[in-house]
Amino acid sequence: MDYFLNEDQQMIRDTARQIAQEKIVPVRAELDEKELFPTEIIKVLAQSDMFGLFIPEEYGGLGKGAFELCLAVEELSRACLGVSTSYAANALGTYPILLFGTEEQKKKYLPDIASGKKLVAFGLTEANAGSDAAGIQTTATKSGTEYILNGTKQWITNGGEADIYTIIAMTDKSRGARGASALIVDKGTPGFSFGKKEKKMGIRASTTCELVFDDGHVPKDNILGRDGMGFIVAMKTLDQSRTGVGAQGVGVAQGAFEEAVNFARTRIQFDKPIISFQAIQHMLADMAIQIEAARALVYSAARYVDSGAKDFTKVSAMAKTFATDVGMKVTTDALQVMGGSGYMRDYPLEKMMRDAKILQIYEGTNQIQRNVICQHLIKEFSRNR
Amino acid sequence: MKIIVCIKQVPDTSEVRINPETNTLIRDGVPSIINPYDMHAVEAALWIKDTLGADLTVLTMGPPQAETALRETIAMGADNAVLLTDRAFAGSDTWATAHTLAAAVKFIGADIIICGKQAIDGDTAQVGPAIAEFLDIPHISYVSMIVSVSTDSITVRRLMDEGYDVVEATPPILLTVVKELNQPRMASLKGKIRAKKIEIRKLTHNDLSLDDKDLGLKGSPTQVKNIFAPEQKKDRIVIAGSAQDQADELISILRAIKCI
Ligand SMILES: Cc1cc2nc3c(=O)[nH]c(=O)nc-3n(C[C@H](O)[C@H](O)[C@H](O)COP(=O)(O)OP(=O)(O)OC[C@H]3O[C@@H](n4cnc5c(N)ncnc54)[C@H](O)[C@@H]3O)c2cc1C
Ligand SMILES: Cc1cc2nc3c(=O)[nH]c(=O)nc-3n(C[C@H](O)[C@H](O)[C@H](O)COP(=O)(O)OP(=O)(O)OC[C@H]3O[C@@H](n4cnc5c(N)ncnc54)[C@H](O)[C@@H]3O)c2cc1C
Repeated sequence: MDYFLNEDQQMIRDTARQIAQEKIVPVRAELDEKELFPTEIIKVLAQSDMFGLFIPEEYGGLGKGAFELCLAVEELSRACLGVSTSYAANALGTYPILLFGTEEQKKKYLPDIASGKKLVAFGLTEANAGSDAAGIQTTATKSGTEYILNGTKQWITNGGEADIYTIIAMTDKSRGARGASALIVDKGTPGFSFGKKEKKMGIRASTTCELVFDDGHVPKDNILGRDGMGFIVAMKTLDQSRTGVGAQGVGVAQGAFEEAVNFARTRIQFDKPIISFQAIQHMLADMAIQIEAARALVYSAARYVDSGAKDFTKVSAMAKTFATDVGMKVTTDALQVMGGSGYMRDYPLEKMMRDAKILQIYEGTNQIQRNVICQHLIKEFSRNR
Repeated sequence: MKIIVCIKQVPDTSEVRINPETNTLIRDGVPSIINPYDMHAVEAALWIKDTLGADLTVLTMGPPQAETALRETIAMGADNAVLLTDRAFAGSDTWATAHTLAAAVKFIGADIIICGKQAIDGDTAQVGPAIAEFLDIPHISYVSMIVSVSTDSITVRRLMDEGYDVVEATPPILLTVVKELNQPRMASLKGKIRAKKIEIRKLTHNDLSLDDKDLGLKGSPTQVKNIFAPEQKKDRIVIAGSAQDQADELISILRAIKCI
């Protein structure tokens, strides 16, 4: 299928593909097994300008958009979802600054993010606030020229590795969801430390860690947007980045599919390559259909986001949900095509299948996405009446 | 600090075959690459640029197509590129090549000049040192590590058969480098975008005020009388097994053919 990529887009895809093939594939099994953060790969991504893709040129980036980010994320995900999660979470943490930062904040933070000198993380989730993000209990209390942060964020991707954290905390509990604010917190801030590092089923080349605030001192100037805009910042950020999670689903599905086809062509049973059996053929055909459909939806959604449209919440939720469900389904079926070999660590399939599961959970579970999609449907249909 | 790296575009030897009738290289359809040693030279220069700050020019002598090789180095991070291309340069041997490159280096100006150890097609390893001689500056060959570098001094390791030498020199200096030196970086996205647009400067013998008689085929003392592919010997025996077994087997073969 030709998606009519322009020269720059092809170049971005090819560069990401080369990094994936040469730098990620050879080490992905080891990163997974030893649960190692991919420091060397991050350096290569930085040197290749991959972190600056979606950052405007005036701040040292390449000035591209969600679509180009999807192309890069898809290629990285085809090789390893752990690595692509570390990369994509960086964008998730950066969007609040990009979308809501003042000129000073952008000048201060974006150039180092674009060059990959500094990594970013996004901290919303807490023990009692998962899908129900409004339940966050971390507080940011104004005191003179500072906010004093108290509370614990859990399961934060890039926690500990990142230098910059965009944190959602309650500045006014009495106002409920309207009492949350978004703050930029630098690593090394007094009263800010790291807690438990999680042991995960998959994406083990990505770090997931607790952030602990015990009277964390954050300068007042580090607020993003205004007091009380925290949830708007968080929701707009997630809307913006969700197409990237969809691209992860497409990428991991594509990677698993290629393994399965190559295996089916060479595995002989009953004196024939197993690809000659119709049951296998139909599974492979279904995988190909689902992947192409998911890719088409993710690309259209990302291009819609980049078109300057404002109402992309529904379409980015649709792209995330469909493409990540495809990621899970295709990795599961691809493993089935490979039988026992697929289940062994000698092949990348078992890792791909373990990795794919997270996509249906983070950045809003696929159940929550369906809630969101239907809320929009209800609105649209009542408006049209 | 000004650095010049000399690169050569070569046929990808993993793909090269020889026409047994004419005994010449079959170049048709063989992709061209940057001489692999020269990639390490470019990386060394970029490393110095990253550490000290420097202006890096990449230089090649070759046909117009060699521009592609230069653009690749721009994508890696080189500042400028110069292509020496002129009918008068055709047929240059190592003497004429080095003579021409030296004139270009003088024309552009450089504190450090870096070459690959050798080109994988010509394989003489003469061009680097010869450029230094024409420029009347010192050179250090087989550089496997840059220990330290500043604007007025460079200390390197020179790979030897057993171990290494440590050599310190004062620029201007020419280095030739081996693969052990570094890992060439990938081209960056910004580099690739710049590489697409940049104007490659082209120089001819007129720009360098070189005398015709010192150039190309005319200026080349080397005369290639014949090129041939070594005959494939088929009657080879591989002796395997433990050292003792191999020695016993070898002795019995040598006895059988009355060598011993
Ligand atoms: C590896 C990993 C990395 C993460 N990285 C980050 C990060 O960088 N930053 C960050 O802020 N967060 C991060 N998270 C948190 C992630 O976004 C949450 O896990 C996610 O939003 C779901 O919350 P929960 O796990 O608490 O599930 P819960 O909210 O407890 O949900 C449990 C189940 O109930 C369902 N459910 C809940 N409410 C409803 C409803 N109203 N209707 C229908 N079904 C419902 C859910 O779909 C799910 O199946 C990460 C999580 C993981 C596992
Ligand atoms: C098939 C074949 C046919 C040939 N035919 C002839 C012939 O007919 N007549 C003749 O006189 N010679 C001929 N030559 C020799 C050819 O001219 C040499 O290859 C050339 O002079 C460079 O020498 P080298 O390849 O040994 O490079 P080396 O000395 O091994 O290269 C060392 C380094 O010098 C630099 N360098 C070398 N060449 C260049 C360049 N052009 N531009 C920039 N930097 C460079 C690079 O940094 C390189 O790593 C032939 C060579 C081959 C392979």
